[in-house]
Amino acid sequence: MNSLRAQNIQATGLGPVSLEIETGSCVGLSGPSGGGKTRLMRCLADLDPHQGTVLFNGTSRESFNPSQWRSKVGLLLAESFWWSEKVLDHFANRHAPALESLNLSPVVLEQPVRQLSSGQRQRLALLRLLANHPEVLLLDEPTANLDHDNIERVETLIANYRAQHSCCVLWVSHDGKQLDRVSESQLIMTNGRLQGSVS
Amino acid sequence: MILLSPLDLALAAVLILLAAGLTHWMRIGETASLLFAAARTVVQLLLIGYVLKAVFGNAHWLWVTLLGLFMLIVAGREVTVRQSRRFTGAWSVALGSFSMFISAFSVTILALTIVIDASPWYTPQYAIPLLGMVLGNTMNGVSLGLDRLTQSASDKREIIEARLMLGHRAADAIASIRSDSIRVGMIPIINAMAAAGLVSLPGMMTGQILAGSDPVEAVKYQILVMFLIAAGSIFGTAGAVWLGSRRLFDQRERLRLDRLSDKT
Repeated sequence: MNSLRAQNIQATGLGPVSLEIETGSCVGLSGPSGGGKTRLMRCLADLDPHQGTVLFNGTSRESFNPSQWRSKVGLLLAESFWWSEKVLDHFANRHAPALESLNLSPVVLEQPVRQLSSGQRQRLALLRLLANHPEVLLLDEPTANLDHDNIERVETLIANYRAQHSCCVLWVSHDGKQLDRVSESQLIMTNGRLQGSVS
Repeated sequence: MILLSPLDLALAAVLILLAAGLTHWMRIGETASLLFAAARTVVQLLLIGYVLKAVFGNAHWLWVTLLGLFMLIVAGREVTVRQSRRFTGAWSVALGSFSMFISAFSVTILALTIVIDASPWYTPQYAIPLLGMVLGNTMNGVSLGLDRLTQSASDKREIIEARLMLGHRAADAIASIRSDSIRVGMIPIINAMAAAGLVSLPGMMTGQILAGSDPVEAVKYQILVMFLIAAGSIFGTAGAVWLGSRRLFDQRERLRLDRLSDKT
């Protein structure tokens, strides 16, 4: 059981927003830039102060300590940031991830981060996040910098991960066709509010 | 000892005016603050000269304490105004003042009671100059350290948050910035100790020698003062940076850059 429920999330320019993601399901989220999608995800991951409650499997977020919560509720932003020189340093216990699933060569692990392309960084950031075994995935345009083949690989990887861990996913994309492929239901966010759903 | 006349000082002031002219001509933009600081030096030192004369003549612990606290408040304010991004509210002054109070005062009192063993321990001829030197240098360390901390935290916001998003503790996410900030605060005193006597004669020792003391006696005091300054400024910097790095996060370990003022 991995369900995420958010009630009356509210911050400046955002909300009140309530949403629920059932165990193992994926909700697609789209809407104009600056509409509050990223802001909502940051609130769900508890990165910005806000009002409202967030529950994981019925347990309130405050009963988890902050780092526990963020390991459970993994947020992936469109742009990834790296704090150490080499890629491998960013993985827990320098444990190499399964690179072939995203068509990455093992060479990248020893490469300085700044030498990687934005597409390589984005795929590595996803692997970096999945290595944490999150139970909720908040994905903010996870395929924005990728070519067609790699978009497909990322979608497959996330679908497999979701099935294996019955993880719930909130997927932000500007590509409606992608959301049709990956999600069971869709929401639209405009001016900080969720406006109806198409599915 | 050769006494200085007002004309001698006026000649030295001409040099400051020349330096101010240079900064103005090069459009460095600090001309006004340079002149203002120079004027403050004159007024403040003259004032403190008279205050010290009065306190030395009347060695009561209350006067020494009051003067010490006054020095602390001014140092706390100096630390604050030198930050380009400072903490908002009372924290801006409290952070620096509290850590300077803990480090500079305890180091000075320790030296007065155990090392120098003056009687009474608060004898103002010893207490005030020692506290002043320790506090002044601690102030430099603290303001450099805090400035680096707040600056790096805002510059590296995305990196800190990337680590938080992966479930790292706030203390781990800020660890490298924190140690880097403490290092920056320690550089001046380490340089001063490493170069002491070779590049420059430390100010206090120079003063004693100019006043006619035996150079070897002056050196002994200078070593003591150097060590006190080093300990005080390192403890103070580490304390202020540590407190500051905690204040950058809230109880849910969110990075709270809204607790910093905009760039000034």
